[in-house]
Amino acid sequence: MSASTVIFYIISAVILVGALLAVTARKIFRAAVYLLFSLIGIAGLYFFLNYEFIAAVQIVVYVGGIVVLIIFSIFLTHESGSDMKSPAIGRAIYSGLAAVFAFALTFFIINKTEFYPTQNETLEPSVRNIGLQMLSTTEHGYLLPFEAVSMLLLAAMIGCIVIAIKTRTQTD
Amino acid sequence: MNEIGLNHILFVSTALFFIGVYGFLTRRNLITMLMSIELILNSVNINFIAFNKYLFSDKLDGLFFTVFIITIAAAEAAVAIAIIINLYRNYKSIDVEDADQMKH
Repeated sequence: MSASTVIFYIISAVILVGALLAVTARKIFRAAVYLLFSLIGIAGLYFFLNYEFIAAVQIVVYVGGIVVLIIFSIFLTHESGSDMKSPAIGRAIYSGLAAVFAFALTFFIINKTEFYPTQNETLEPSVRNIGLQMLSTTEHGYLLPFEAVSMLLLAAMIGCIVIAIKTRTQTD
Repeated sequence: MNEIGLNHILFVSTALFFIGVYGFLTRRNLITMLMSIELILNSVNINFIAFNKYLFSDKLDGLFFTVFIITIAAAEAAVAIAIIINLYRNYKSIDVEDADQMKH
């Protein structure tokens, strides 16, 4: 058992335990903090696989953006010290059984599947290669999705402003 | 690096996906349901990166899909939280059982 194997198991434990606590914690603020640990663990997994750019994006967008947004909305909508209602026992049991059996089935199929790695030369996921391919207009370039997603971000921003303005004029 | 194969990483991502599904089915609170959705999206991202790394290392397509999924997840979280806060102003609650009208 080499050092990288041990590191992988530690990262996996952080991800899965964080995720489990995030979906079962009774205090909503604690759930958000456990989610934060899980997302940091996922960034660690990307570092482990040598995808440093994606790991950096994960930390900046998820840890720095989305979790902070979630925590802000918790403070705006909750008394963050109070407990949430626990789920109905029947619903918890059936959801748990469904998740466990679906997981078993999926992993059974994954184990039976044979994967064939490509024999071609490896392309390093360096920032230079990522940038060149993302902004290229050739056959395997990603310029059009890049522009489309920028339009989506603009639409989401305008949508948020519209939603926020509407209630303010109604309550005044 | 050699000992950790594709199956190890697929195990983690599958487990993460179904933890997210469990949370989505049991939680009745909009913010925690949003958190479960984030977990599901992240498990998909892990899958894309793992397949790119282990099976298609001559391409970068999985990486680009991950970048776009992260972008869309950020937009989705922003819009969802705007809607949740709007809902809270109208209903004084963010429980899905209380939000029983499209119109208020």
